[in-house]
Amino acid sequence: MTKFKGTDRYIASRDLEVAVNASVTLARPLLVKGEPGTGKTVLAQEVANALGYPLIEWHVKSTTKAQQGLYEYDAVSRLRDGQLGDERVRDISNYIIRGKLWEAFTSDTPVVLLIDEIDKADIEFPNDLLLELDRMQFYVYETRETIIAKHRPIIIITSNNEKELPDAFLRRCFFHYIRFPDRETMETIVASHYPNIRHDLVREALTLFYEIRGVPGLKKKPATSELLDWLKLLMVEDLPVEVLRARDPKTLIPPLHGALLKNEQDIHLFEKLAFMARRGT
Amino acid sequence: MFSNFLMALRAGGVPASLTEYLALLGAMKAGVADYSTEDFYYLARATLVKDERHLDRFDRVYGAIFGGIESTLEDLQQAIPEDWLRKLAEKNLTPEEMAEIQALGGWDKLMETLKKRLEEQKGRHQGGSKWIGTAGTSPFGAYGYNPEGVRIGQDGSRHRRAVKVWDKREFRDLDDKVELGTRNIKVALRKLRRFARDGAATELDINDTIRATASNAGHLDLKMVPERHNKLKVLLCLDVGGSMDDHIRTSEELFSAARSEFKHLEYFYFHNCPYEGLWRNNHRRWSEITPTFDVIRKYGPDYKLIFVGDASMSVHEISQPGGSVEHMNPEAGKVWMERLLQQYKRAAWLNPVQEQYWRHTPSIGYIQQLMENRMFPLTLEGLDRAIKDLKH
Repeated sequence: MTKFKGTDRYIASRDLEVAVNASVTLARPLLVKGEPGTGKTVLAQEVANALGYPLIEWHVKSTTKAQQGLYEYDAVSRLRDGQLGDERVRDISNYIIRGKLWEAFTSDTPVVLLIDEIDKADIEFPNDLLLELDRMQFYVYETRETIIAKHRPIIIITSNNEKELPDAFLRRCFFHYIRFPDRETMETIVASHYPNIRHDLVREALTLFYEIRGVPGLKKKPATSELLDWLKLLMVEDLPVEVLRARDPKTLIPPLHGALLKNEQDIHLFEKLAFMARRGT
Repeated sequence: MFSNFLMALRAGGVPASLTEYLALLGAMKAGVADYSTEDFYYLARATLVKDERHLDRFDRVYGAIFGGIESTLEDLQQAIPEDWLRKLAEKNLTPEEMAEIQALGGWDKLMETLKKRLEEQKGRHQGGSKWIGTAGTSPFGAYGYNPEGVRIGQDGSRHRRAVKVWDKREFRDLDDKVELGTRNIKVALRKLRRFARDGAATELDINDTIRATASNAGHLDLKMVPERHNKLKVLLCLDVGGSMDDHIRTSEELFSAARSEFKHLEYFYFHNCPYEGLWRNNHRRWSEITPTFDVIRKYGPDYKLIFVGDASMSVHEISQPGGSVEHMNPEAGKVWMERLLQQYKRAAWLNPVQEQYWRHTPSIGYIQQLMENRMFPLTLEGLDRAIKDLKH
C-alpha cells in the first residue's frame, strides 16, 4: 500500500504522516483539528492525490443532517408525481437521492471522503453516523436494501472545535491536532507555494506576521492561508521591503492588512495600538 | 503489551479506552510505526488522544513510562559521577554556603530533598491542578545554586536526553480546563432550555400544509417553519483565585457542563467581586481585560447572568472604592454589582460554600442582600432552585 508523505506543495510533519498512515492502514476515520487556516481541508485533497484516489467532499452546515449523507427520500416529488399520474411513481427507488456516504461506499475504486467542519452540525450529528462509520454500511428502509462499502473509504473529518464531539464517536477515530507551524516550517511552506519569491521579502513579512500573531486579544489570528494570500498581494504590488521594515508607529497597521486581519474589531485594535504608540513617542 | 501504559494514561487523566488500545495494537501489527520510537509516539498519540486538551497529559505520561526505555544503556555510560559533581560544588561554593548545606543535613540530604521536591512537583502536575510556583521559598534558589546543575547530578543524562518531542510539552497551553462528564449538572441545566423557532424554514409544518392544500383544491401546497432551537442566553461570571482555590473542581464541573449545554454561553472571570474590568483568559488576566461597561453594552438584557463565587472577602471589597485586594478600583464593587443587576434582571449567584456556613461570613450576607436573596448553594439542589428562579 502506498504511504502518505508530504508533497512539494503540502508540507506534512512526521506526526501528521503517521496519523494519516495509521488511519489508511486500519481504514478508520481520521479526525483533524487545528486553528482555522492551517490546512485541514487541504489535507484531504493531498491525501487523495498522494494515494491516487478520487476525493468526495461533504461540507457540513448547521442544517446538515446525518441522514443526508446516506440518502434522502424525496416524498414531496413522489406525492406531486402521484397527483399528476406519472409512471415513475410506482418505483420508490426513483425518489431515493443518494448522499455522499452512499457515493463513497458504492464507488468501484477506493475513495477519500472528506467530512468538512463536522462541528458545524447539530450536536447529535456525529452520533447518528456511528454505526455507518464503524461498519461502513447502512440500511435503506424505503427499498429494504443494505448498502455495504465495496472498499472502506478513507475518511477525513475536520473540526474547528465549535462543539464538543461525543466520546463514542471519538473512540472510532484517529486524532491529529495540526499545530500552528513554527517559523522554519512556515518558510518551507512559503517556498513550496511561491518558489520565486524574494528572500528578504519573506523574512520581513514573516517577522511582521509572527508579531501580529503575538498581539494579544486578536479575535482571529491570521493563519497560514492568510499569510499566503498576503504574500501574494505583496508580490503583486511589488512593494519595497523597506515598507515592511519601517515599523513606523504612525503606520503600525501592516501594509495590505486586508489579507491578514479579517474583522473590523482587529483592525480597530491595531488602530488603537497605533494611536497609543503615537502618543507614547 | 503496553497495558501498563494504558493504565497510566487513564490514571493520568487521558480518557483512553480498550477500543483505542486495540486500535493501537492493530496499527502496530500492520506496521504503521516500525522500529522508530518517534513514530510510535506519534501513532500512540493519534490513537489514544482525542482532544487537544489531553495532549499535554499524554506527553507527561508517555515521558514517565517510556522515558527509561532508551536510556538504560546510555545511563551506564553517561551518568555523571556524583563525586565529581560534589567536588565541583565544593570548588564553586563559598565556605558560608557550604556551612548552610551542612545545616540542612549535608549534601546527601540536600540531594534527597531536591529529589523529593521534584517528584512532588511532578505529582502535583499530574493531578491537573495548577502548579503555583512557590520557588521563591525553595532553599535551593536561596543558596545560589543553579538548580539545573543540581538536577544534572540527580538524574544525570536523562535530563540531556530529555529533549524528545514528548518532553517539550508543546500542548501545555491547551490543558487549561478540566473536562468532567458531569451528567447531573447537564441534566439540571437542561431545565433552563427554552426553545424558539427562528432562522431558515426547514421543517414541514403539517397542520398548515393540510390547511393550505385543502384550500388549494387538493393540490399540494407546502408550508415550512423554522426548526426549534435552544434560545437561552447565559452570561457566566466565575470567581477565580484566592479563596476560590478550594472550589476549583466544582466550578470547573459546572463550567464544562454549561459549555456543552448552551449555545449562547458567554463567560468572564473576576476576583472576589466584579469591578470595572472582567477577563476571559485567566492566564492573560493582566493584559486582556474587558471593561465591564463593554460587557453590559454587548450582551443584551435577554441574557441571564450567573455568578459563581464564594463571596468570601472583606466587606470593604464590596462597599468601598479602592477596596479591591488587587488593584485600585475607582468605584466600589457594590456599584458594579448594581449596574450588572440592573441590566440583567434574571440573575443568580451560585456559591460553592455550604449554605449552613453562610451566616459566618458577613460578605456573603452583603452579596446576598445585593442579589436580593438570589444566592444559591452550588449543589444540584441549589442549582435547581436557581434555575427555577431564573426561568420566570
